[in-house]
Amino acid sequence: MLRIVDLYKSFGEKKVLRGVNLEVEKGETMAIIGQSGSGKSVLLKHLIGILKPDRGEIYVDGERITHLKEGELSRITKKFGMLFQGAALFDSLTVGQNVSFGLERYTDYSSEKIQALVAESLAKVGLRGIENLMPHELSGGMKKRVGLARAIAYRPEIILYDEPSTGIDPIRADAINELINLMKKELKVTSVVITHDMVSSYKVADRMAMLHEGKIVLTGTPEEIKNSGNQVIQQFIHGRAKGPIENW
Amino acid sequence: MNSQAKLPLLGFFQQLGEVGILLNKTLKNSFKRPWEKKIFLRQLESIGVKSLPVISLTAAFGGLVFGLQTYLGFHRYIGPGSEAYGGPIISLGLSKELIPILVGLMVAGRVGSAMAAEIGTMKITEQIDALISLGANPTPYLVVPRTIACLVMLPCLTLYGDIIGMAAGFFYNVYLMGVNRAIYLKNTLLYLELWDVISGLIKAAVFGVIIAIIGCWQGLKAEGGAEGVGKATTQTVVIASICILIMNFFMSKVFPASL
Repeated sequence: MLRIVDLYKSFGEKKVLRGVNLEVEKGETMAIIGQSGSGKSVLLKHLIGILKPDRGEIYVDGERITHLKEGELSRITKKFGMLFQGAALFDSLTVGQNVSFGLERYTDYSSEKIQALVAESLAKVGLRGIENLMPHELSGGMKKRVGLARAIAYRPEIILYDEPSTGIDPIRADAINELINLMKKELKVTSVVITHDMVSSYKVADRMAMLHEGKIVLTGTPEEIKNSGNQVIQQFIHGRAKGPIENW
Repeated sequence: MNSQAKLPLLGFFQQLGEVGILLNKTLKNSFKRPWEKKIFLRQLESIGVKSLPVISLTAAFGGLVFGLQTYLGFHRYIGPGSEAYGGPIISLGLSKELIPILVGLMVAGRVGSAMAAEIGTMKITEQIDALISLGANPTPYLVVPRTIACLVMLPCLTLYGDIIGMAAGFFYNVYLMGVNRAIYLKNTLLYLELWDVISGLIKAAVFGVIIAIIGCWQGLKAEGGAEGVGKATTQTVVIASICILIMNFFMSKVFPASL
Protein backbone atom coordinates (compact mmCIF):
# COMPACT_ATOMS: atom_id res chain seq x y z
CA MET A 1 0.00 0.00 0.00
CA LEU A 2 2.81 2.39 0.98
CA ARG A 3 6.37 2.02 -0.25
CA ILE A 4 9.23 4.32 0.61
CA VAL A 5 12.36 3.85 -1.47
CA ASP A 6 15.75 5.34 -0.58
CA LEU A 7 14.38 8.62 0.75
CA TYR A 8 16.76 11.50 1.48
CA LYS A 9 15.95 14.88 2.99
CA SER A 10 18.21 17.65 4.31
CA PHE A 11 17.42 21.03 5.84
CA GLY A 12 20.43 23.20 5.11
CA GLU A 13 23.45 21.36 6.45
CA LYS A 14 21.35 18.99 8.57
CA LYS A 15 20.79 15.61 6.95
CA VAL A 16 17.53 14.33 8.44
CA LEU A 17 16.68 11.33 6.25
CA ARG A 18 19.57 9.37 4.76
CA GLY A 19 18.07 6.63 2.67
CA VAL A 20 14.85 5.45 4.31
CA ASN A 21 13.33 2.25 2.94
CA LEU A 22 10.03 0.98 4.31
CA GLU A 23 6.88 -0.83 3.21
CA VAL A 24 3.48 -0.72 4.88
CA GLU A 25 0.94 -3.37 3.96
CA LYS A 26 -2.77 -2.69 3.46
CA GLY A 27 -4.73 -2.83 6.70
CA GLU A 28 -1.75 -3.01 9.04
CA THR A 29 -0.67 -0.56 11.73
CA MET A 30 2.99 0.36 11.41
CA ALA A 31 4.58 2.18 14.34
CA ILE A 32 7.71 4.13 13.50
CA ILE A 33 9.73 4.67 16.66
CA GLY A 34 12.81 6.77 17.25
CA GLN A 35 14.30 9.52 19.33
CA SER A 36 12.87 13.03 19.37
CA GLY A 37 14.38 14.89 16.44
CA SER A 38 15.25 11.71 14.53
CA GLY A 39 13.10 12.76 11.57
CA LYS A 40 9.95 10.73 12.21
CA SER A 41 7.57 13.64 11.60
CA VAL A 42 9.59 14.68 8.55
CA LEU A 43 9.14 11.17 7.16
CA LEU A 44 5.40 11.30 7.85
CA LYS A 45 5.03 14.64 6.08
CA HIS A 46 6.68 13.18 2.98
CA LEU A 47 4.00 10.48 2.83
CA ILE A 48 1.25 13.05 2.41
CA GLY A 49 3.17 15.37 0.12
CA ILE A 50 3.64 18.22 2.61
CA LEU A 51 7.40 17.87 2.14
CA LYS A 52 9.25 16.92 -1.04
CA PRO A 53 12.31 14.67 -0.76
CA ASP A 54 15.75 15.62 -2.04
CA ARG A 55 16.03 12.09 -3.45
CA GLY A 56 14.05 8.88 -3.38
CA GLU A 57 10.51 7.82 -4.12
CA ILE A 58 7.22 7.18 -2.34
CA TYR A 59 4.57 4.95 -3.85
CA VAL A 60 0.93 4.93 -2.69
CA ASP A 61 -1.04 2.00 -4.12
CA GLY A 62 1.70 1.65 -6.71
CA GLU A 63 1.51 5.30 -7.82
CA ARG A 64 4.61 7.43 -7.47
CA ILE A 65 3.64 10.58 -5.56
CA THR A 66 6.97 12.36 -5.15
CA HIS A 67 6.75 14.09 -8.52
CA LEU A 68 3.13 15.19 -8.36
CA LYS A 69 2.43 18.89 -8.81
CA GLU A 70 0.48 20.92 -6.23
CA GLY A 71 -2.75 20.70 -8.21
CA GLU A 72 -2.54 16.91 -8.52
CA LEU A 73 -1.69 16.30 -4.88
CA SER A 74 -5.25 16.45 -3.52
CA ARG A 75 -6.06 13.24 -5.44
CA ILE A 76 -3.50 11.49 -3.23
CA THR A 77 -4.08 13.40 0.03
CA LYS A 78 -7.74 12.32 -0.19
CA LYS A 79 -6.57 8.79 0.61
CA PHE A 80 -4.91 10.03 3.80
CA GLY A 81 -6.17 11.34 7.11
CA MET A 82 -3.63 12.84 9.45
CA LEU A 83 -3.69 13.44 13.18
CA PHE A 84 -1.13 16.12 13.96
CA GLN A 85 0.96 16.24 17.12
CA GLY A 86 -0.77 19.34 18.48
CA ALA A 87 -4.03 18.44 16.65
CA ALA A 88 -3.54 21.52 14.36
CA LEU A 89 -7.21 22.49 14.52
CA PHE A 90 -8.02 25.68 12.61
CA ASP A 91 -8.43 28.34 15.33
CA SER A 92 -10.81 30.49 13.34
CA LEU A 93 -13.27 27.65 12.67
CA THR A 94 -15.67 25.86 15.01
CA VAL A 95 -15.24 22.17 15.84
CA GLY A 96 -17.98 21.32 13.32
CA GLN A 97 -16.33 23.38 10.58
CA ASN A 98 -12.97 21.77 11.36
CA VAL A 99 -14.40 18.26 11.05
CA SER A 100 -16.34 19.07 7.87
CA PHE A 101 -13.33 20.76 6.22
CA GLY A 102 -12.12 17.67 4.35
CA LEU A 103 -15.66 16.55 3.53
CA GLU A 104 -16.40 19.85 1.81
CA ARG A 105 -13.26 19.61 -0.29
CA TYR A 106 -13.10 15.92 -1.06
CA THR A 107 -16.79 15.12 -1.58
CA ASP A 108 -19.86 16.66 -3.18
CA TYR A 109 -22.20 15.59 -0.38
CA SER A 110 -25.16 17.76 0.57
CA SER A 111 -24.79 19.94 3.66
CA GLU A 112 -27.24 17.67 5.54
CA LYS A 113 -25.13 14.61 4.82
CA ILE A 114 -21.97 16.49 5.78
CA GLN A 115 -23.54 17.49 9.10
CA ALA A 116 -24.57 13.89 9.71
CA LEU A 117 -21.05 12.63 8.96
CA VAL A 118 -19.54 15.30 11.23
CA ALA A 119 -21.78 14.18 14.10
CA GLU A 120 -20.97 10.52 13.37
CA SER A 121 -17.21 11.16 13.28
CA LEU A 122 -17.35 13.10 16.53
CA ALA A 123 -19.43 10.33 18.11
CA LYS A 124 -16.80 7.77 17.03
CA VAL A 125 -14.19 9.60 19.09
CA GLY A 126 -16.57 9.94 22.02
CA LEU A 127 -17.56 13.58 21.55
CA ARG A 128 -21.15 14.61 20.96
CA GLY A 129 -22.83 17.97 20.60
CA ILE A 130 -19.63 20.08 20.55
CA GLU A 131 -19.90 21.20 16.91
CA ASN A 132 -20.33 24.85 17.85
CA LEU A 133 -17.43 25.08 20.27
CA MET A 134 -14.21 26.84 19.24
CA PRO A 135 -10.89 24.96 19.47
CA HIS A 136 -9.66 27.21 22.31
CA GLU A 137 -12.55 25.96 24.45
CA LEU A 138 -11.30 22.35 24.29
CA SER A 139 -8.82 20.49 26.52
CA GLY A 140 -5.67 18.93 25.01
CA GLY A 141 -7.23 15.46 24.90
CA MET A 142 -10.43 16.75 23.31
CA LYS A 143 -8.40 18.59 20.66
CA LYS A 144 -6.63 15.35 19.75
CA ARG A 145 -9.96 13.56 19.48
CA VAL A 146 -11.45 16.34 17.31
CA GLY A 147 -8.27 16.14 15.19
CA LEU A 148 -8.90 12.42 14.79
CA ALA A 149 -12.58 13.01 13.95
CA ARG A 150 -11.43 15.49 11.27
CA ALA A 151 -8.96 12.94 9.90
CA ILE A 152 -11.55 10.12 9.63
CA ALA A 153 -14.57 12.19 8.55
CA TYR A 154 -14.10 11.61 4.80
CA ARG A 155 -13.22 7.93 5.34
CA PRO A 156 -9.59 7.87 4.20
CA GLU A 157 -7.83 4.59 3.46
CA ILE A 158 -4.70 5.48 5.40
CA ILE A 159 -4.43 7.35 8.70
CA LEU A 160 -1.17 8.95 9.79
CA TYR A 161 -0.73 9.62 13.50
CA ASP A 162 2.03 12.05 14.53
CA GLU A 163 2.89 11.45 18.19
CA PRO A 164 -0.72 10.70 19.18
CA SER A 165 0.07 10.24 22.89
CA THR A 166 2.45 13.18 23.32
CA GLY A 167 1.34 16.05 25.54
CA ILE A 168 -1.58 14.28 27.21
CA ASP A 169 -1.81 12.31 30.46
CA PRO A 170 -1.35 8.49 30.44
CA ILE A 171 -5.07 7.77 30.78
CA ARG A 172 -6.02 9.98 27.84
CA ALA A 173 -3.03 8.63 25.92
CA ASP A 174 -4.39 5.12 26.41
CA ALA A 175 -7.83 6.29 25.28
CA ILE A 176 -6.21 7.56 22.08
CA ASN A 177 -4.49 4.18 21.64
CA GLU A 178 -7.89 2.50 22.02
CA LEU A 179 -9.24 4.83 19.36
CA ILE A 180 -6.41 3.95 16.97
CA ASN A 181 -7.28 0.28 17.39
CA LEU A 182 -10.98 1.04 17.02
CA MET A 183 -10.38 2.92 13.74
CA LYS A 184 -8.44 -0.05 12.42
CA LYS A 185 -11.20 -2.47 13.43
CA GLU A 186 -14.19 -0.43 12.31
CA LEU A 187 -12.86 1.44 9.29
CA LYS A 188 -10.30 -1.19 8.16
CA VAL A 189 -7.73 1.53 7.61
CA THR A 190 -3.99 1.26 7.16
CA SER A 191 -2.23 3.24 9.88
CA VAL A 192 1.22 4.72 10.35
CA VAL A 193 1.92 5.84 13.91
CA ILE A 194 4.93 7.98 14.70
CA THR A 195 5.85 7.78 18.36
CA HIS A 196 8.59 7.52 20.95
CA ASP A 197 6.11 6.09 23.48
CA MET A 198 6.82 2.36 23.73
CA VAL A 199 3.62 1.60 25.68
CA SER A 200 1.61 3.13 22.87
CA SER A 201 3.68 1.35 20.20
CA TYR A 202 3.20 -2.10 21.71
CA LYS A 203 -0.52 -1.50 22.12
CA VAL A 204 -1.31 -0.39 18.56
CA ALA A 205 1.36 -1.79 16.25
CA ASP A 206 1.20 -4.86 14.04
CA ARG A 207 4.75 -4.08 12.98
CA MET A 208 7.30 -1.56 14.16
CA ALA A 209 10.25 0.18 12.51
CA MET A 210 13.01 2.07 14.25
CA LEU A 211 14.34 5.25 12.65
CA HIS A 212 17.84 6.11 13.76
CA GLU A 213 20.38 8.48 12.18
CA GLY A 214 18.13 8.97 9.17
CA LYS A 215 17.65 5.27 8.36
CA ILE A 216 15.35 2.43 9.33
CA VAL A 217 17.57 0.17 11.43
CA LEU A 218 15.07 -2.66 11.94
CA THR A 219 11.51 -3.59 11.04
CA GLY A 220 9.54 -6.32 12.77
CA THR A 221 6.62 -7.31 14.96
CA PRO A 222 6.57 -5.91 18.51
CA GLU A 223 7.90 -9.28 19.73
CA GLU A 224 10.73 -9.25 17.21
CA ILE A 225 11.63 -5.71 18.24
CA LYS A 226 11.60 -6.62 21.94
CA ASN A 227 13.83 -9.63 21.33
CA SER A 228 16.16 -7.92 18.88
CA GLY A 229 19.87 -8.13 19.60
CA ASN A 230 20.40 -4.66 18.11
CA GLN A 231 21.93 -2.48 20.84
CA VAL A 232 20.40 0.73 19.43
CA ILE A 233 16.92 -0.78 19.67
CA GLN A 234 17.50 -2.26 23.12
CA GLN A 235 18.76 1.08 24.45
CA PHE A 236 15.75 2.90 22.99
CA ILE A 237 12.97 0.53 24.03
CA HIS A 238 14.34 0.29 27.58
CA GLY A 239 14.97 4.03 27.76
CA ARG A 240 18.60 3.73 28.89
CA ALA A 241 20.77 6.84 29.00
CA LYS A 242 23.92 4.81 28.29
CA GLY A 243 24.44 3.00 25.01
CA PRO A 244 25.23 3.55 21.34
CA ILE A 245 22.62 6.35 20.97
CA GLU A 246 24.09 9.69 21.97
CA ASN A 247 22.12 11.50 24.67
CA TRP A 248 22.34 15.02 23.38
CA MET B 1 33.41 41.59 -4.75
CA ASN B 2 34.30 39.32 -1.82
CA SER B 3 32.13 36.42 -0.64
CA GLN B 4 30.83 38.29 2.43
CA ALA B 5 29.48 41.03 0.20
CA LYS B 6 27.97 38.51 -2.20
CA LEU B 7 25.87 36.71 0.42
CA PRO B 8 23.41 39.51 1.31
CA LEU B 9 22.95 40.17 -2.40
CA LEU B 10 22.25 36.48 -2.95
CA GLY B 11 19.77 36.55 -0.05
CA PHE B 12 18.05 39.58 -1.55
CA PHE B 13 17.59 37.90 -4.93
CA GLN B 14 16.46 34.69 -3.25
CA GLN B 15 13.77 36.60 -1.33
CA LEU B 16 12.79 38.49 -4.46
CA GLY B 17 12.41 35.13 -6.19
CA GLU B 18 10.23 33.78 -3.36
CA VAL B 19 7.92 36.79 -3.58
CA GLY B 20 7.81 36.48 -7.38
CA ILE B 21 6.85 32.80 -7.17
CA LEU B 22 4.11 33.52 -4.60
CA LEU B 23 2.77 36.39 -6.74
CA ASN B 24 2.76 34.14 -9.81
CA LYS B 25 0.93 31.34 -7.94
CA THR B 26 -1.57 33.88 -6.60
CA LEU B 27 -2.30 35.26 -10.07
CA LYS B 28 -2.73 31.76 -11.51
CA ASN B 29 -5.04 30.69 -8.70
CA SER B 30 -7.11 33.91 -8.71
CA PHE B 31 -9.26 32.63 -11.55
CA LYS B 32 -9.58 29.03 -10.41
CA ARG B 33 -12.40 27.45 -8.46
CA PRO B 34 -13.28 26.90 -5.65
CA TRP B 35 -13.63 30.52 -4.59
CA GLU B 36 -13.12 31.01 -0.86
CA LYS B 37 -16.07 33.40 -0.57
CA LYS B 38 -16.39 33.34 3.21
CA ILE B 39 -12.72 34.14 3.75
CA PHE B 40 -12.85 36.82 1.08
CA LEU B 41 -15.83 38.53 2.71
CA ARG B 42 -14.21 38.29 6.15
CA GLN B 43 -11.06 39.88 4.73
CA LEU B 44 -13.05 42.65 3.07
CA GLU B 45 -14.48 43.50 6.49
CA SER B 46 -11.15 43.20 8.27
CA ILE B 47 -9.20 45.25 5.71
CA GLY B 48 -11.90 47.74 4.80
CA VAL B 49 -14.51 48.35 7.47
CA LYS B 50 -12.18 47.90 10.42
CA SER B 51 -9.61 50.26 8.90
CA LEU B 52 -12.10 53.13 8.61
CA PRO B 53 -11.35 54.75 12.02
CA VAL B 54 -7.59 54.83 11.51
CA ILE B 55 -7.95 56.04 7.89
CA SER B 56 -10.40 58.73 9.00
CA LEU B 57 -7.95 60.04 11.58
CA THR B 58 -4.85 59.95 9.39
CA ALA B 59 -6.63 61.43 6.35
CA ALA B 60 -8.21 64.19 8.45
CA PHE B 61 -4.96 65.24 10.09
CA GLY B 62 -3.05 64.75 6.83
CA GLY B 63 -5.55 67.10 5.12
CA LEU B 64 -5.34 69.61 7.98
CA VAL B 65 -1.55 69.81 8.01
CA PHE B 66 -1.37 69.92 4.21
CA GLY B 67 -3.93 72.73 4.26
CA LEU B 68 -1.91 74.54 6.91
CA GLN B 69 1.39 74.37 5.00
CA THR B 70 -0.22 75.32 1.68
CA TYR B 71 -1.87 78.31 3.34
CA LEU B 72 1.49 79.37 4.80
CA GLY B 73 3.24 78.91 1.46
CA PHE B 74 0.78 81.04 -0.50
CA HIS B 75 0.57 83.65 2.27
CA ARG B 76 4.37 83.94 2.51
CA TYR B 77 5.47 83.77 -1.14
CA ILE B 78 2.56 85.16 -3.15
CA GLY B 79 0.89 87.34 -0.60
CA PRO B 80 -2.30 87.77 1.44
CA GLY B 81 -5.44 86.87 -0.54
CA SER B 82 -3.72 84.28 -2.68
CA GLU B 83 -4.41 81.44 -0.19
CA ALA B 84 -7.67 80.54 -1.96
CA TYR B 85 -5.55 79.26 -4.88
CA GLY B 86 -4.25 76.51 -2.56
CA GLY B 87 -7.43 74.44 -3.02
CA PRO B 88 -6.35 72.54 -6.17
CA ILE B 89 -2.83 72.03 -4.82
CA ILE B 90 -4.17 70.53 -1.60
CA SER B 91 -6.60 68.28 -3.48
CA LEU B 92 -4.02 67.21 -6.06
CA GLY B 93 -1.32 66.50 -3.47
CA LEU B 94 -3.70 64.56 -1.28
CA SER B 95 -5.34 62.45 -3.97
CA LYS B 96 -2.21 61.67 -5.98
CA GLU B 97 0.36 61.21 -3.24
CA LEU B 98 -0.40 61.72 0.42
CA ILE B 99 -3.61 59.74 0.88
CA PRO B 100 -2.56 56.64 -1.13
CA ILE B 101 0.73 56.54 0.80
CA LEU B 102 -0.92 57.13 4.18
CA VAL B 103 -3.54 54.45 3.46
CA GLY B 104 -0.83 52.07 2.24
CA LEU B 105 1.35 52.58 5.30
CA MET B 106 -1.57 52.37 7.74
CA VAL B 107 -2.93 49.20 6.16
CA ALA B 108 0.58 47.69 6.03
CA GLY B 109 0.86 48.31 9.77
CA ARG B 110 -2.63 47.19 10.70
CA VAL B 111 -3.52 44.50 8.17
CA GLY B 112 -0.20 43.32 6.70
CA SER B 113 1.21 42.58 10.13
CA ALA B 114 -2.02 40.80 11.14
CA MET B 115 -1.83 38.62 8.01
CA ALA B 116 1.78 37.68 8.77
CA ALA B 117 0.90 36.95 12.42
CA GLU B 118 -2.17 34.85 11.57
CA ILE B 119 -0.55 32.84 8.79
CA GLY B 120 2.73 32.58 10.74
CA THR B 121 0.88 31.16 13.74
CA MET B 122 -0.90 28.72 11.43
CA LYS B 123 2.48 27.69 10.04
CA ILE B 124 4.17 27.02 13.38
CA THR B 125 1.13 25.18 14.78
CA GLU B 126 1.01 22.91 11.69
CA GLN B 127 -2.34 24.32 10.53
CA ILE B 128 -0.85 24.97 7.07
CA ASP B 129 0.20 21.30 6.92
CA ALA B 130 -3.31 20.36 8.04
CA LEU B 131 -4.74 22.43 5.16
CA ILE B 132 -2.63 20.50 2.65
CA SER B 133 -3.60 17.17 4.23
CA LEU B 134 -7.27 18.15 3.86
CA GLY B 135 -6.94 19.04 0.20
CA ALA B 136 -6.72 22.82 0.53
CA ASN B 137 -3.75 24.44 -1.17
CA PRO B 138 -2.54 27.35 1.03
CA THR B 139 -2.20 29.73 -1.95
CA PRO B 140 -5.85 29.70 -3.11
CA TYR B 141 -7.16 29.23 0.42
CA LEU B 142 -5.10 31.86 2.27
CA VAL B 143 -3.24 34.12 -0.16
CA VAL B 144 -5.74 34.66 -2.99
CA PRO B 145 -8.70 35.93 -0.87
CA ARG B 146 -6.41 38.27 1.10
CA THR B 147 -4.75 39.64 -2.04
CA ILE B 148 -8.02 40.26 -3.88
CA ALA B 149 -9.58 41.79 -0.76
CA CYS B 150 -6.60 44.18 -0.46
CA LEU B 151 -6.76 44.94 -4.20
CA VAL B 152 -10.43 45.91 -3.83
CA MET B 153 -10.37 47.64 -0.45
CA LEU B 154 -7.25 49.82 -0.71
CA PRO B 155 -8.71 51.97 -3.55
CA CYS B 156 -12.01 52.19 -1.61
CA LEU B 157 -10.19 53.33 1.52
CA THR B 158 -8.13 55.77 -0.53
CA LEU B 159 -11.23 57.30 -2.12
CA TYR B 160 -12.74 57.63 1.34
CA GLY B 161 -9.47 59.14 2.61
CA ASP B 162 -9.42 61.59 -0.33
CA ILE B 163 -12.85 62.90 0.64
CA ILE B 164 -11.93 63.22 4.33
CA GLY B 165 -8.54 64.80 3.54
CA MET B 166 -9.92 67.32 1.05
CA ALA B 167 -12.71 68.22 3.46
CA ALA B 168 -10.14 68.74 6.23
CA GLY B 169 -8.01 70.98 3.96
CA PHE B 170 -11.12 72.96 3.04
CA PHE B 171 -12.14 73.22 6.70
CA TYR B 172 -8.71 74.52 7.75
CA ASN B 173 -8.48 77.14 5.03
CA VAL B 174 -12.08 78.31 4.87
CA TYR B 175 -13.31 77.98 8.45
CA LEU B 176 -10.13 78.40 10.48
CA MET B 177 -8.13 80.83 8.31
CA GLY B 178 -11.02 82.69 6.66
CA VAL B 179 -10.07 81.98 3.04
CA ASN B 180 -12.75 82.88 0.49
CA ARG B 181 -14.94 79.81 0.20
CA ALA B 182 -16.27 80.41 -3.31
CA ILE B 183 -12.83 81.02 -4.87
CA TYR B 184 -11.34 78.05 -3.01
CA LEU B 185 -14.07 75.73 -4.31
CA LYS B 186 -14.09 77.19 -7.82
CA ASN B 187 -10.32 76.77 -8.20
CA THR B 188 -10.41 73.26 -6.79
CA LEU B 189 -13.16 72.15 -9.20
CA LEU B 190 -11.47 73.94 -12.11
CA TYR B 191 -7.97 72.50 -11.76
CA LEU B 192 -8.45 69.11 -10.08
CA GLU B 193 -8.74 66.41 -12.76
CA LEU B 194 -10.45 63.05 -12.47
CA TRP B 195 -7.14 61.44 -13.47
CA ASP B 196 -5.52 62.87 -10.30
CA VAL B 197 -7.95 60.85 -8.20
CA ILE B 198 -7.85 57.76 -10.44
CA SER B 199 -4.04 57.62 -10.51
CA GLY B 200 -4.09 57.67 -6.70
CA LEU B 201 -6.57 54.79 -6.69
CA ILE B 202 -4.40 52.76 -9.10
CA LYS B 203 -1.44 53.32 -6.79
CA ALA B 204 -3.53 52.16 -3.84
CA ALA B 205 -4.52 48.96 -5.66
CA VAL B 206 -0.83 48.19 -6.30
CA PHE B 207 -0.02 48.93 -2.64
CA GLY B 208 -2.80 46.52 -1.66
CA VAL B 209 -1.23 43.68 -3.65
CA ILE B 210 2.20 44.51 -2.16
CA ILE B 211 0.85 44.42 1.42
CA ALA B 212 -1.03 41.14 0.98
CA ILE B 213 1.73 39.31 -0.85
CA ILE B 214 4.43 40.41 1.60
CA GLY B 215 2.26 39.66 4.66
CA CYS B 216 1.36 36.19 3.35
CA TRP B 217 4.91 35.46 2.20
CA GLN B 218 6.36 36.38 5.59
CA GLY B 219 3.67 34.35 7.38
CA LEU B 220 4.22 31.28 5.20
CA LYS B 221 7.97 31.33 5.80
CA ALA B 222 7.74 31.96 9.56
CA GLU B 223 9.52 29.41 11.69
CA GLY B 224 10.92 29.05 15.17
CA GLY B 225 7.86 29.64 17.35
CA ALA B 226 6.66 32.95 18.77
CA GLU B 227 9.94 34.68 17.93
CA GLY B 228 9.54 33.69 14.28
CA VAL B 229 6.00 35.05 14.15
CA GLY B 230 7.14 38.32 15.77
CA LYS B 231 9.93 38.63 13.23
CA ALA B 232 7.52 37.95 10.36
CA THR B 233 5.14 40.73 11.49
CA THR B 234 7.93 43.27 11.93
CA GLN B 235 9.51 42.34 8.60
CA THR B 236 6.14 42.67 6.86
CA VAL B 237 5.65 46.23 8.06
CA VAL B 238 9.22 47.26 7.23
CA ILE B 239 9.42 45.59 3.80
CA ALA B 240 5.89 46.56 2.73
CA SER B 241 6.42 50.21 3.81
CA ILE B 242 9.70 50.47 1.91
CA CYS B 243 8.20 48.82 -1.18
CA ILE B 244 5.21 51.20 -1.04
CA LEU B 245 7.43 54.28 -0.91
CA ILE B 246 9.69 53.04 -3.72
CA MET B 247 6.79 51.92 -5.94
CA ASN B 248 5.04 55.23 -5.30
CA PHE B 249 7.97 57.16 -6.73
CA PHE B 250 8.19 55.01 -9.85
CA MET B 251 4.45 55.09 -10.45
CA SER B 252 4.42 58.89 -10.03
CA LYS B 253 7.25 59.06 -12.54
CA VAL B 254 5.57 56.76 -15.05
CA PHE B 255 2.01 58.03 -14.79
CA PRO B 256 1.23 60.98 -17.07
CA ALA B 257 0.52 64.29 -15.28
CA SER B 258 -2.92 64.38 -16.87
CA LEU B 259 -4.92 62.46 -19.43
